[in-house]
Amino acid sequence: MANVKLRGIRKSYGKTEVIKGVDIDIKDGEFVVFVGPSGCGKSTLLRMIAGLEDITDGTLEIDGTRVNDLEPSKRGIAMVFQTYAIFPHMTVRENVAFGLTINKMKKAEKDAKVDDAARILQMEHLMDRRPSELSGGQRQRVAIGRAIVRDPKVFLFDEPLSNLDAALRMDMRMEIGKLHQDLGASMIYVTHDQVEAMTLADKIVVLKDGLVMQAGAPMELYHEPANLFVAGFLGAPSMNFLKVTVDEIGGDWVQVSSDALASVKVPNKGRAFTFGQTATLGIRPQYLTAAPDGQGMLNGKVILTERLGSETVVNLAVADGTTLIAAIAEDAVLVPGDDMAWTFDPAVAHAFPEVS
Amino acid sequence: MASKLTTSNRAGWAFALPGFGLILLFIVIPFFFAFYLSLTNQRLVSPNPTEYVGFSNYEKLLSISVLTIEPEVDTAGVVLRDDAGEAQYPRVRSFTRNNPDFPQYDGMREWFRWHWGGTAKVVVATDVVFWKSLRNTLMFVLVVAPVQAALALGLALLVNQKLRGINIYRAIYFMPVVVSIVVVSLLFRFIYDGNDGLLNNILSFLTFGLFEGRDWLGSPDTALGAIKAMSIWQAVGFHMVIWLSGLQTISPTLYEASSIEGASKWQTFRYVTWPGLRNTAVLVIIVITMQAFALFAQIDVMTNGGPLDSTTTLVFQAVERGYGKQDISGAAAISVVLFLIVLSISMLQRYITRAR
Repeated sequence: MANVKLRGIRKSYGKTEVIKGVDIDIKDGEFVVFVGPSGCGKSTLLRMIAGLEDITDGTLEIDGTRVNDLEPSKRGIAMVFQTYAIFPHMTVRENVAFGLTINKMKKAEKDAKVDDAARILQMEHLMDRRPSELSGGQRQRVAIGRAIVRDPKVFLFDEPLSNLDAALRMDMRMEIGKLHQDLGASMIYVTHDQVEAMTLADKIVVLKDGLVMQAGAPMELYHEPANLFVAGFLGAPSMNFLKVTVDEIGGDWVQVSSDALASVKVPNKGRAFTFGQTATLGIRPQYLTAAPDGQGMLNGKVILTERLGSETVVNLAVADGTTLIAAIAEDAVLVPGDDMAWTFDPAVAHAFPEVS
Repeated sequence: MASKLTTSNRAGWAFALPGFGLILLFIVIPFFFAFYLSLTNQRLVSPNPTEYVGFSNYEKLLSISVLTIEPEVDTAGVVLRDDAGEAQYPRVRSFTRNNPDFPQYDGMREWFRWHWGGTAKVVVATDVVFWKSLRNTLMFVLVVAPVQAALALGLALLVNQKLRGINIYRAIYFMPVVVSIVVVSLLFRFIYDGNDGLLNNILSFLTFGLFEGRDWLGSPDTALGAIKAMSIWQAVGFHMVIWLSGLQTISPTLYEASSIEGASKWQTFRYVTWPGLRNTAVLVIIVITMQAFALFAQIDVMTNGGPLDSTTTLVFQAVERGYGKQDISGAAAISVVLFLIVLSISMLQRYITRAR
């Protein structure tokens, strides 16, 4: 278990820079999730920490030691791959013990460690099988077992659940969360799935185009997104964005309006706005509700309703042509075509000076 | 199923017909024809009608025996010795030519002999040239199959690296394959030439003139070895490509996983590469074995089986007898024997390398 410290990490392939200077601190025992869209560099970053990719520039420290030029096996890390990377010709036991075998550990000690890992992952009954006889979830378990027996300082997970079906993914997600609680080890987890990020992380690092967009606790990122990208990336359904004009600027607020929206004062969260500029107003679908008579802030025509059981998702067309999404109580019945008044609490809306 | 195939796939069968027809005409029919001919006394051109002769062709081909000869003794029972002190033995002819006491050896010739406890053990066979060709063929296969397979694997591992211009090396190693074996054989006749051959010149240069030079193809000690070396060189590129395709089916993540576990180069080969090449290995070994058993063109171009039958092979003998001596039935019998040998070796190899 250890701290991991990234300082000014950069990666270039020829002239193409894919990681453009990343600083991240990972505390001992923390579960950190790198999340971002495809091509944002999250996997590359993880592979650089693992030592599978060279670090073009910057410093990577694990446990206070600079490890930029150490072999992967010397860094005290263990990695679980998206495609499991378990050896098809070996039994589960041989797979889990692989690292110990090639490092010539004594049999008794090796068996004890392997049995321990098998117990933690509840796969004692699978130990003599071959990978071809295992399901996807079981294979991933073997891969995790192989990581556990190494007693790594840091666990690295590269999209470990992407190849599993939805139901299994949820189970394994919980198991990985539980594993983190049990082992208390530092873990770095890469995913493009914001649900995995939200549920597992102590700290989420949102990446885009090789840069850190925001890092912090999941709910912090959810409630206080630093920019438009993070606001749109986290949360399901994703945040509604309305193009607005800045009408007035106060100390900690900004007043905005648009063709579709009546004038409204929202907190500016320290962001700088200029009078008359076009800005973006973000409203989470959960906070958009049908307004009592005469108190509507915007009018929206119901286009489509999707009943998900726990909530109903409503697509609304508003006056400036934008489509908004509202997530409302499950038993609400709305008729497509209805033109309705909607409202939201300005205190939980977000104003961003940039325009998407 | 069969009826659907034949009615609804008429066009498909039409397309397949030329291929099937040629295979039938030039492979399937001759194959069964060889079985039939080997049981007759068919000659290439003969005024006499063909007769069924049962297995007598095989008897002539395969009859082999060990003849124990006592040394000649004088009237006092003392072994006669020549000037060098070697015991004198009666001539083998005296047993194999019109000797009513040993009808089983009638018509046989000596292949080779060894001395055992004061007697000479003489291996006699009706068709000594056949046995020599069988021995030469087996020696050729025993050397060429493992050496060529191993060299090809070594080259494949070398050219499987990600280096600039690696395709040039792949092309160079593959080049001899696209050159006809007849052309290669002709060129190597010059290289191996005893008077002013390239090989002699190089060896003489490298040893500062100490190497005297020899006629590589003119000596029974070196002729087959020279042909083995050339054959290995000529086809190694082909098998390199097959190994290469096998190497590229191995998932790169397996290598990454093993590097994280700290596997050395040898351990990576032993635990990742070699098990991943299992099916390729079966293919390469069987293909090389079958090709090696079919050794003909090199012999025909370079030595014609000589000197002293030291390079004659089964296929060369089959062609030589069938068309040179017009003994089609004898040639057919050799072909059938060769077929049975290759079949059983292939089945043995399949059995040894079967998936467990």
